[in-house]
Amino acid sequence: MRSIKHDILIIGGGGAGLRAAIAVSQENPDLDVAVVSKVYPMRSHTVAAEGGMAAVIKPNDSFEDHIYDTVSGSDWLADQDAVEFFVRTAPSELIQLEHWGCPWSRESDGSVAVRPFGGMQIERTWFAADKTGFHVLHSLFQTTLKYRSLQRYDEWMALRLLTHDGRCQGVAAMELRTGRIVPILAKAVIMCTGGGGRVFPFTTNAAIKTGDGMALAYRAGVALKDMEFVQYHPTGLPGTGILITEAARGEGGILVNNKGHRYLSDYDLGKPLPIDHHDHPKNRTMELGPRDRLSQAFIHEQTKGNVFEGPHGTYVHLDVRHLGESYIEKKIPFVRELSNNYGGVDPVHEPIPVRPVVHYMMGGIDTDIEAATTLPGLYAAGECACVSINGANRLGSNSLTELLVFGAQAGRNAAIFAQQHGISGENDLLSQTQDEINRISELLGNRAGDEKIADLRNIMTSALEEGAGIYRNAEGMQKACTTITELRKRSKNLKLDDTSLSYNTELTSAIELDFMLDIAETVTFSALRRKESRGSHQRTDFPERDDDEFLKHSLAYNTDDAPRIEHKDVVITNLPPAKRIYGGGK
Amino acid sequence: MTVDTDRIPLKISRYTEGQTTDGYDEYMVPYNEDWVVLDALNYIKDYVDGSLAYRWSCRMGVCGSCGMMINGKPKLTCSAFLSEYYPDPIVVEPLANFRVERDLIVDMDDFIHKLDSVKPWLIEGDSVPPANREYKQTPAQLAKYKQYSMCINCTLCYSACPVASNEPEFVGPAAIALAQRYNLDSRDSGKEQRLDVLMANEGVWDCTFVGECSNVCPKGVDPAAAIQQAKLESALAYAKSLIMPKGNK
Repeated sequence: MRSIKHDILIIGGGGAGLRAAIAVSQENPDLDVAVVSKVYPMRSHTVAAEGGMAAVIKPNDSFEDHIYDTVSGSDWLADQDAVEFFVRTAPSELIQLEHWGCPWSRESDGSVAVRPFGGMQIERTWFAADKTGFHVLHSLFQTTLKYRSLQRYDEWMALRLLTHDGRCQGVAAMELRTGRIVPILAKAVIMCTGGGGRVFPFTTNAAIKTGDGMALAYRAGVALKDMEFVQYHPTGLPGTGILITEAARGEGGILVNNKGHRYLSDYDLGKPLPIDHHDHPKNRTMELGPRDRLSQAFIHEQTKGNVFEGPHGTYVHLDVRHLGESYIEKKIPFVRELSNNYGGVDPVHEPIPVRPVVHYMMGGIDTDIEAATTLPGLYAAGECACVSINGANRLGSNSLTELLVFGAQAGRNAAIFAQQHGISGENDLLSQTQDEINRISELLGNRAGDEKIADLRNIMTSALEEGAGIYRNAEGMQKACTTITELRKRSKNLKLDDTSLSYNTELTSAIELDFMLDIAETVTFSALRRKESRGSHQRTDFPERDDDEFLKHSLAYNTDDAPRIEHKDVVITNLPPAKRIYGGGK
Repeated sequence: MTVDTDRIPLKISRYTEGQTTDGYDEYMVPYNEDWVVLDALNYIKDYVDGSLAYRWSCRMGVCGSCGMMINGKPKLTCSAFLSEYYPDPIVVEPLANFRVERDLIVDMDDFIHKLDSVKPWLIEGDSVPPANREYKQTPAQLAKYKQYSMCINCTLCYSACPVASNEPEFVGPAAIALAQRYNLDSRDSGKEQRLDVLMANEGVWDCTFVGECSNVCPKGVDPAAAIQQAKLESALAYAKSLIMPKGNK
């Protein structure tokens, strides 16, 4: 077996991975960097982010305000030292991206424009119309092309982390074109594989978001942190789950129920200002409340019978008609394109049908402020990581910024680590790769199996939606845990139709299902153990936040049986836990 | 899925390495007017034939993965509704003008190389703002290049391009549009370097004003205009170089 060697190996070619790659080269241009990605980098899901990216840049804004908004938005579960670093580093990262060519929308004087976003007191969300993620990703990808020390492994899938001597030293990866599995060894590894929204049936997430990197780290002994916190975005298109950006509300769009009522006013989110009022939309109020609270309000409206019924389930209306065609075309053209194509309505003339949809995982690989994991040599950044700056509920437009801030942090620190360590125990690393080759060969050659991937996937996603949705209780979560445990056994018995080695996308689906079952079990078991309601984790049987017991991060560790759940303290610096107040005042 | 038993036939090109003859498989798929061709492919893969291979990801027209030939025309399968074809059969084939790897998956290496070759990154000039300050760029300056920045690299334009089908060396519509995206950016100073690359191959001069590339673009980018602009600028640069040799501008 021949191995490939690099100084630094990055798994995932989205926003965090590409920023990390550039950061390594900035730190030390002599280091050679590899990026392994299961899709061409510009296909990465960063591409689908729409509304924008938060950073303090305008004179009316302050770091303190961004910190407060993020911590209160997190329902005090964010680590405040990490939030402070994040907020203070954000502006230089965004300006750096501007210098790399990102086509930010502008004010008439040529400065970067900002828009309001949910849960933020001040307008601080930079945007490129409503295709911000697309422009961020393409700008980063194109910038990486000028770094010739960067080698890409496009359409290679990471299968297993390789460890020796207590350090992460590479990955066993499969080249999808040929099916060959190769050990790619490195002195430091950075995980940047994004989220795992596909464990739910109704999600904004792309097909590739199967939690691969989280599962790889989990299997290598690193804890997955705060996995019970799953964000439902309040405005997805029924049926497909395609995202209608929060920017639609930031620009003044309103949410209306089937009685024509702006129902958010009934849920402690303030009083609705008329749509032509000069203060509308008002920050941290009504439609600019945080995502968790807005999605929860939808469920109450559904219980009251105040929602519309359609062929793809219930929905409410997101109305942007009063913005007018030219403004919609200028600020949120993608909203119009998506609504036309996939919602069957032109938002210039009709309200958009929307419902809450699984969007983002606050939880992920347990990392610290240095983007380091507890496994030496392994770093993580972006949605797959949990620093945590998002706590129990992420604010819209903080995640794209997180990609840059912690992607760069991971790149710098991995570069330093790689200069202090070599690759050791190569025989052991190759032998681990051989084990992986054997495992995949068995899966590919299992003629006796009788389970279909799609069947198991459907059972898994339904179990998560029923047991770990917007409102949860012990019985539902327990049932989901049991279902996932059963699926674990059944998944050993998959039967594949495809026996070829080149682009065997059925094999990759089987591997992804296996990753997703890891994610699913950490979500459900962590949720069951958190006997309180906080942010996106709302329990009907424990409806209050309980700071005495649960102002703590959950840590899920892999075992041969159910995951072991431990807890660790949240870092509080300047903002002692307080009540989250929206709709006026702090 | 509707309970209606209405169905629509899909004829899909199949290829596995080593296969010497063209092969198609036919599938009957439930007809649902909300479905796009990609939904039909996913139905086949999940419930009929797990060996069907194709690329897809975002299913919302922005990742650029799922381009294929649908009834002979390059399209994103996530944006092509079954209702546009029903009840007639839909023929799905890999993108034209690319080497097929497997079923509906084509070799992207050449395209990626071409993209890289035009230096699609911001090349700094003399006046870079300090690290804590953005470049000033007015909305009018942004508008100059904005449409060229909308390319999702789906490569439908290469499948539609008559020159690309005859001249594999032609750098092609998307890459030239991307070069223009930076050439027209007020922050960039790399136009001369890029024009050298664009003009290194004869292909660009064979491009007529057919504009098939712009017609098939799902994002409203106009690569044909970029190519014509590049030709014009190149001709001007050439004329200038006859008068004033390089390095003496």
